[in-house]
Amino acid sequence: MSLELILFYLFAAVLVTSALAVISVKNSVHAALLLVLCFFTSAALWLLLQAEFLAIALVLVYVGAVMVLFLFVVMMLDINTEPLREGFIRYLPVGVIVALAMLAEMIGLVGIKAMQVQAPADPGGASNTAWLGHALFSQFLLPFEIAAVILTVAVIAAIMLTLRARINTKKQNPALQVAVKASERVRIVKMPATPKLAAVVPTEAKP
Amino acid sequence: MNMMSQIGLSHYIALGAVLFCIAVAGIFINRKNVIVLLMAIELMLLAVNTNFVAFSRFLGDVSGQVFVFFILTVAAAESAIGLAILVVLFRNRATINVGEIDDLKG
Repeated sequence: MSLELILFYLFAAVLVTSALAVISVKNSVHAALLLVLCFFTSAALWLLLQAEFLAIALVLVYVGAVMVLFLFVVMMLDINTEPLREGFIRYLPVGVIVALAMLAEMIGLVGIKAMQVQAPADPGGASNTAWLGHALFSQFLLPFEIAAVILTVAVIAAIMLTLRARINTKKQNPALQVAVKASERVRIVKMPATPKLAAVVPTEAKP
Repeated sequence: MNMMSQIGLSHYIALGAVLFCIAVAGIFINRKNVIVLLMAIELMLLAVNTNFVAFSRFLGDVSGQVFVFFILTVAAAESAIGLAILVVLFRNRATINVGEIDDLKG
């Protein structure tokens, strides 16, 4: 057995175990942390496949951003987990049966064509990042830019969904502030140029 | 060539199949909890991505890894919007139980 195969079996065992734990633990925070372990182990497997850029991107994007978002939401929502667990035992047999049937079919399909060990092809250059980047910025330039648009739309949608307009808060409206005219704020009163001194003095002395 | 002594494409495809089936089972048994459902969807996408990367490696074609790149992008957008919807849902209904979310049933 080569070292690569030993590492593959090790990582695959960790990945399958943690994936099973993700779908079966009671606490959602534990599930999110186990999903982090899943992603990290998958990144190690992708490194075995010499996909260095995607492995690092998986760790940065998923472990660093998406799973932190998951953890944030799980911890922010005060969830009563007891009613969410009902039906767990009831649907367990059908879930296991469907999963095992799908697994048998897929393994059967894989076994027909791909059980012969194929020699890994030449990965097309020294650097995986250069290989991927060259394809992204030449052949797949338009999909790349569409992906950027999708991310922008997702950011705007996430902000607009969770933005809450409260009613009783005092807040500035810059548009109204800019559009204000002097006549709405200052009232100019015409006064006689020479007021009588006797009429002014008693009103000043009163307070 | 001995099958068990060297790593091959079938190893990775079998691992992807196992992971996908675990995620399907997770959707079945956790059908009340939206958060775990989203996590199971992430597991499915991870299985598919593993298949793509394995094919890209063993066939020497860069398109598989480019697809994984786009899947990662779209999945990040999907989970961000999904979690935002979840927060709004919890704010309005004070529950994330799928069984109680039946406003559109009429």
